[in-house]
Amino acid sequence: MVTLVVKRIGFMIFTMIVVSLILFLLLETELTGDPAARVLGQFSNEEQREMWREQHGYNQPVFLRYVKWLGNFATGNLGESIRFKGPVADVMLPRLWNTAILGFWTFAIMIPLSLILGVLSGMKEGSKLDRSISVFGILTTSVPEFASAVIFSSLFVFGLKWLPGTSSMSGGFEFKQLILPAMVLIVYDFGYVARMTRASMAEVMTSQYVRTAVLKGLPYKSVIVKHALRNALIAPFTVIMLQINWLLSGVIVVEFFFAYKGFGALILEASLNNDIALLEACAMVAVCVAVTTQTLADIGYTFLNPRIRFS
Amino acid sequence: MNTSTAITKMPTAGYGAALWRGLKSIGLLRESWVGMVGAFLVLFWVLVAIFAPLLAPFDPNSSIQPFAKPMMAAAKGGTFWLGTDHIGRDILSRIIWGSRTVLIYAPLATLCAYTVGILMGLAAGYRGGWVDDVLSRIADIILSFPVLVLYIIIIATIGASGLNIIIAITFASSPGIMRIVRGLVLDLRNRDYVAAAQTRGESDWKVMLVEILPNARGPLIVDACLRLGYVIITIGVLGFLGLGLPPPDPDWGGMVNETRQMAMAFPHMTLFPCIAISSLILGFNLLADGLREISLRD
Repeated sequence: MVTLVVKRIGFMIFTMIVVSLILFLLLETELTGDPAARVLGQFSNEEQREMWREQHGYNQPVFLRYVKWLGNFATGNLGESIRFKGPVADVMLPRLWNTAILGFWTFAIMIPLSLILGVLSGMKEGSKLDRSISVFGILTTSVPEFASAVIFSSLFVFGLKWLPGTSSMSGGFEFKQLILPAMVLIVYDFGYVARMTRASMAEVMTSQYVRTAVLKGLPYKSVIVKHALRNALIAPFTVIMLQINWLLSGVIVVEFFFAYKGFGALILEASLNNDIALLEACAMVAVCVAVTTQTLADIGYTFLNPRIRFS
Repeated sequence: MNTSTAITKMPTAGYGAALWRGLKSIGLLRESWVGMVGAFLVLFWVLVAIFAPLLAPFDPNSSIQPFAKPMMAAAKGGTFWLGTDHIGRDILSRIIWGSRTVLIYAPLATLCAYTVGILMGLAAGYRGGWVDDVLSRIADIILSFPVLVLYIIIIATIGASGLNIIIAITFASSPGIMRIVRGLVLDLRNRDYVAAAQTRGESDWKVMLVEILPNARGPLIVDACLRLGYVIITIGVLGFLGLGLPPPDPDWGGMVNETRQMAMAFPHMTLFPCIAISSLILGFNLLADGLREISLRD
């Protein structure tokens, strides 16, 4: 168990170093075009570019630059954002907090919903209820986030006039503005978690010990709650943790659509404006969150599963 | 001709037999109504894409009459069945031509991703050892990126174009395919027919491609259907974020991006492309579900 945790964390650090190298090569070197041209724009002349390179130390050897860059990163010196004219950290932190709020409400509703639906359909595999839930899940995961955002806003904003169409929170925090973005994310994501829960539940329901419990005459309800659920919910735990990775992609679309001032919209803005320092920092944070949750998912899975824990 | 003679006359080896088996498995789809609905949706859009020049009532890129509502008659004859957009382009024609864009780029990108993914997976699963270690680590690292962040970084650095979208999709999704193929190969490489081929002295690549790969096709076909759906979503999302194919050629995600500011007054401009893309993705997902159901049965 301990060696596994150490191994996983070691791999996590290794992944982040490789990712930082990839980001550095893509965004800071001449591999994909002149960084000076990218920052100063197409119409800058060679003299200006040379001056910029000299000023920002781009004339040093690549390896030295990478070490320096990584050192700055590790010590929290993330650089200046060109787009927002300020330190990257100051721009990024409030945005991260906003996305955390959105993510929290999304998960708070999506997880119970998908677990209940998954368990209900996995309890009786092939039943009418199972098929309906499956097809409904396929239907909702087939509608991309931007399409469901369009459909929901034409229904709830323009049609019924119940909810506001943008979520910029310009007049302070308002819960009403959070409903549509969260709804779009939930509708897109719940189908996958429900399907995984169903598969896990269906597998447990065919196992020997559930059959034994049914045959010895236990009430159906207690078979499900006491025997089946405890094992069936181990696998969805991993799926839910990995879902954070998907959520990071989803928030980009949703925040852009609803003009929500969050982290996803910031990544997009940084890339569209060639704000390299900001893009690097955002990408590193996104990968850190993703890799950390993956590691936690792995460790948590082995911890929850006694067959692995005690071996 | 009665059926029993038809069956006995069927070739038992070679391409004829493979073709016959393929046709039979399409026939099996009848047993799953979900799969049938999916196949119908996909076939519908494929036909629309093929016959786009015949079906589209107007030129998709020419400005005719801005802000027309659905069903409105055009001044120069004809009807804007789904209305026009802010520059006056007929939305139905753009959706019809847009199906071509999506049905060219999505399968092409999926094919590229599969070629790379299958080669990596075969090498990792069959060779094992350090080849497997290196390839698996690379796959782990790429898969640890949030997908859309990866796409945004790639497109931001190499620019938005059709070819670059294919490159980005290949880069981001081949590791997932590699993992599936690797798992299947680990299971298949100890079979007797593989050992027989090795004993015959066939080269490694021939064993992988001729003996192992065809026997792994079942799960791969289901996965390919699902992945096509994801790739269509990706192309749509990139278009919607303004990172997709350059204008003016119609692209469903791009159509939503261009007109979403006007959705308040003219919901038809955004709604119809959304329905189009969702129905095509739904088609592939239902088809995958139907195929899986059938493959699990026997």
